[in-house]
Formats: sequence, C-alpha cells, structure tokens
Amino acid sequence: MSERSMSERGETARAHDEAPGVERARHHGALGYLTGLGFAIVLTLASLWTPGIPVLLAALAIAQMGVHVVFFFHISSGPGDTNNFLALAFGVFVVGLVVFGSMLIMANLDANMPMSMEHLMEMQR
Amino acid sequence: MSLGTLATPYEDEVPISERGPAAIDVTAGFGFWLFLLSDVVLFSALFAAYAVLANRTASGPDGLHLFNRPYVLVETACLLFSSFTCGLMALAFGRRSAPATYLWAAVTFVLGAAFLGLELSEFARMIGEGAGPTRSAFLSAFFTLVGTHGLHVTVGLAWLVAMMAQVATLGFRPVVIRRLLCYSLFWHALDIVWVGVFTIVYLGPSHV
Repeated sequence: MSERSMSERGETARAHDEAPGVERARHHGALGYLTGLGFAIVLTLASLWTPGIPVLLAALAIAQMGVHVVFFFHISSGPGDTNNFLALAFGVFVVGLVVFGSMLIMANLDANMPMSMEHLMEMQR
Repeated sequence: MSLGTLATPYEDEVPISERGPAAIDVTAGFGFWLFLLSDVVLFSALFAAYAVLANRTASGPDGLHLFNRPYVLVETACLLFSSFTCGLMALAFGRRSAPATYLWAAVTFVLGAAFLGLELSEFARMIGEGAGPTRSAFLSAFFTLVGTHGLHVTVGLAWLVAMMAQVATLGFRPVVIRRLLCYSLFWHALDIVWVGVFTIVYLGPSHV
C-alpha cells in the first residue's frame, strides 16, 4: 500500500510530536492560564469546605490535578501528544500501584497480626 | 522518494520510522517530562508511607491538633498563584520579552519564597511543641513527605535565579528557552504534588 493511500485513510496523517508544556494555538495564552487558575481556586475551596467525605476529597484532588495537566502542562490526547500522554498514563499507573498496593498490603498485615501494634509497643517497654 | 519531498507539505505523510530523530526541543521536553513523572513516582512512595503511618502517633499529637487550616490555605494560595505567574513567565519568554520575563520570574520567586517561609515556620513551631520527626512514625512520615516537597521548592527557587542570570548573560538563545521551558514544567509539577499533600495530609485528619 502506498504512503499516499494510507494517508488518505488518515493512518499516517498525524502532526509531529510536540514537547510538553509548549503553548499551542488551541490554548488562548494568558486566558488559558487564567482559566486553569480559576478552576484550581474553586476546587481548592470546595475541598476545604466539603464535610470531609474521603471519596469526594479524592475526586476533587484528581479533578484539580487534571486541571493542572491540561491548563498548565498543556498535555492533551491530541496526535502530537501521544508520547507525552502515554508516559503520563504509565506514571499514573505506577503511582496507583505503589500507593494502593502499599495500603492494601499493610492493612492486610495489620488485620492478620495476632496482637495489636499498641500491645507490641507496650511489651517492648 | 527523493529527499526533496521531506521538506514539502507532504512531510506529514512520511511514516514515523523514516522521519529521523525528532527536534531537540521535543526530545529535551519529553526527557524532562519523563524525569518529572519519575519524580512523581518517588513522591508516591512517600505518600504510601504517610498513608500507612498516618494513625501511628505513638500517643503523641495527631494531625487534627497540629495542623492549622487557614495557615495551610495561605501556603496553598502562594504556591498556586506562583504556578500561575510561572505560566505568565512562560508566555513572556515565548514572545522573547525580557522585561516581562524578569517581572513574572520575580513574582514567582517571591510567592515561592513566601510558601517556603510559611512551611519552615510551621516546621519550627511543630518541633518547638515537641512534635518533631522523632516523636512518632506519623511525624517521621509527615516531615519526610512535606520536607521532600519543600526541598524541591528550594531547588526550584535556586534554579529560577540561575535561569534569570542566564537570560541576562546569554539572552533568549534556543538552549536558554529549552531550560526555561523545563523549569516551568518543574514548577507546575510541584504544584500538582502539593494538591496531593494538601488533600491527604492537611484535609485528611478531619475524617480519620
């Protein structure tokens, strides 16, 4: 199959790779940063005044990180950003594995301890 | 295919395996992006340690009694606004305007230094109250996590001063622009990590 016919089907017609953080036409300069700042302020205040429901706090924090990635890092799922986006996805995957894996394993060990940790501490004294 | 076609509007049709190496602007930015992600993985280990040890206070003070929310909100505001002014600095060096770059770099530096000052005085107050890193596993994890973030901010401030010296002496040559771009990515990344610290460390105790 010739390059031209593949291109017509949109398979190789992709933009060149782009560096993360580079201001591009689809963001509107200072307005993009201002929008990000506005979202970040709203989300920060919202998380401060929620009644402390863990799931809600986690959702607000993840939303705020998303706002930072889009408006400050300018990472998108666009064609030039494939490598940046894949690296980000893998980073998020490793972070999730480390944090939730550690919490799961430690909670499991804690639950299977014959004695509570406080007991052990007192025995050592 | 002749070499001439590479530089024509048909460039986009060259398959990725035949395009040759990417421009250095792209590879430098991508490499720094990978470094930042690995830095975030480093922080994830510290977050995991904190999450596991947050309730191990060894009968010492817990987060609910140690942390002052309005104080932390001011810290958060300093860092968030410095991230914003860092973005304005990126726009300024993007259009090669030295005065605007210096202005926004100075604002970013002042806000970052204010954040660091607030954090250090919080640490000093806690240690003064007998809640230092040796008091309990919770406090060891706290000082390690928040201290590592503070160390990154310190390095970022030193780097900002170095970059302004380079703008002054070398001007906006491509290598300086690349370094400035990496710097702004680094500074934004610190704000993302702080969102995690703010939520998990400072807002967490309300529901434990």
